[in-house]
Amino acid sequence: MNRILKILFVALIVRPIILIVLGLNIRDRNKLPMKGPVIIAANHNSHLDTMVLFSLYPLSKVHKLRPIAAADYFLSNRFIAWFSLNVIGIIPISRSGANKNEIMFSACHEALDKGDIILLFPEGTRGEPEQTSKLKKGIYHLVKDRTDTQITPVVTHGLGRTLPKGEALFVPFNCDVVIGDKLPHTDSSNELLSLLSENFKNLLKDCLTYNQME
Amino acid sequence: MIENIPENSFYAMAGVFVVLMIATLIQFLLSVKNPEKDYTELRQRITSWWWIIGLLFLFLAIGTTAAIVFFAFISFLALKEFLSIVPTRQADRNAVFWAYLSIPLQYYWVAMGWYGMFIIFIPVYMFLLVPMRMVLKGETDGFIKAAGTLHWSLMMTVFSVSHIAYLLVLPEKNISAGGMGLVLFLLFMTQFNDVSQYVWGKLFGKHKIIPRVSPNKTWEGFLGGLVTITVVAGVVAPYLTPMDQLQGYIAGILISISGFIGDVVISSVKRDLQIKDSGNLIPGHGGILDRLDSLIYTAPLFFHYIYYLYY
Repeated sequence: MNRILKILFVALIVRPIILIVLGLNIRDRNKLPMKGPVIIAANHNSHLDTMVLFSLYPLSKVHKLRPIAAADYFLSNRFIAWFSLNVIGIIPISRSGANKNEIMFSACHEALDKGDIILLFPEGTRGEPEQTSKLKKGIYHLVKDRTDTQITPVVTHGLGRTLPKGEALFVPFNCDVVIGDKLPHTDSSNELLSLLSENFKNLLKDCLTYNQME
Repeated sequence: MIENIPENSFYAMAGVFVVLMIATLIQFLLSVKNPEKDYTELRQRITSWWWIIGLLFLFLAIGTTAAIVFFAFISFLALKEFLSIVPTRQADRNAVFWAYLSIPLQYYWVAMGWYGMFIIFIPVYMFLLVPMRMVLKGETDGFIKAAGTLHWSLMMTVFSVSHIAYLLVLPEKNISAGGMGLVLFLLFMTQFNDVSQYVWGKLFGKHKIIPRVSPNKTWEGFLGGLVTITVVAGVVAPYLTPMDQLQGYIAGILISISGFIGDVVISSVKRDLQIKDSGNLIPGHGGILDRLDSLIYTAPLFFHYIYYLYY
């Protein structure tokens, strides 16, 4: 049931909007991992980030995509909570850090064990439009004990102009999606985060909508 | 639907399809003859041409209103693409939204044939309104550049392109071709000019015209294209337009020279932004601006040439 809802949502709402009103410049689409368990680590400027990543997958695969999302935001009211859990298929996690890592990540591990594709935004929040905020360490703790899971970095650019945080007016712009190479295994959270932010920086240079004059 | 197409325009469309079929055949033979070579880009390019021409002819055949909506959508895609590659300020999102709203209005003036409004709406009213909307937001850092960029993008992608659509609503002076004939003439001559300048340049190109902007453009290519288009335009003009042969020659010269200028103007924009293509909407061609570049110049100039001669 939820799978059908998600397919309908992607096919009838996400894809038409992204195709006609938004427009994507996709680079290295073939690097996009089609099989889990895998983590896609993307920069985060807009709610549209998740939708854009959904639109890149065939409809037969969209139920495998599981965005990790902040419980305090997405479970805050009943309608959004129902929609986020049942249609989008988010894995809610607490941002306060009160829980121990293991409990916090158990749902993520469960999803990875099923061969799902986890979408993770290591910045933790959408932040200022088109600026990459400091990356959070959670992603390292999630993969450190898993030998079966690799991280694919993905950069989107331009979505923060289309629909930035706190704005309701949707203004059409073409957006870039650049998919990077899988990251090698790392031994510490600092190593992973510096590798990831270096990857984000390099992938950003391939964006048509990105230029230094901004 | 087919009965909506005047006789000469019908033959012109059929001719274009024959050219496309020959191109497809040549590409097929090439890839069979040299299996080790990669013809992906050529194949994509030709496939995209089938799509572009197929959609254009379809909307022209459905009717004038459908074709106007089609060109409005092209304007939207082009404006969106341009605003995406050029730096804009976050504060101007509302002004950009207003810029988009000018598209349905501009094409509405076209559809109702209100020439006076069509010709001043963007150069006058949008020119005054967009900065006003920006002022309401109050961000003064980079104001001149932002206002200039926005208006320039509207002039290129909406004002210029809408001239193609207005050709469809001009009173018919050549009944056997219709307004459609003018559009086909303009589009065919502009695109064929690109192709023949490229081919002449490949065959005989030696002396570069503007190496700093476009290193592949040569005098030989430019002049070869100019002669080719002038001759073809003179021969075709009496069939597709109200023009006689001599006026057709002049139209050919106008389209060939201005098409070249449009091409290098967009090249300069891309050089400035340090990108090769303006997008990747059309496989094998790049973005929509990469395809429209020459038309941005040829459309208004050809329109006003015809308008001066016959209206």
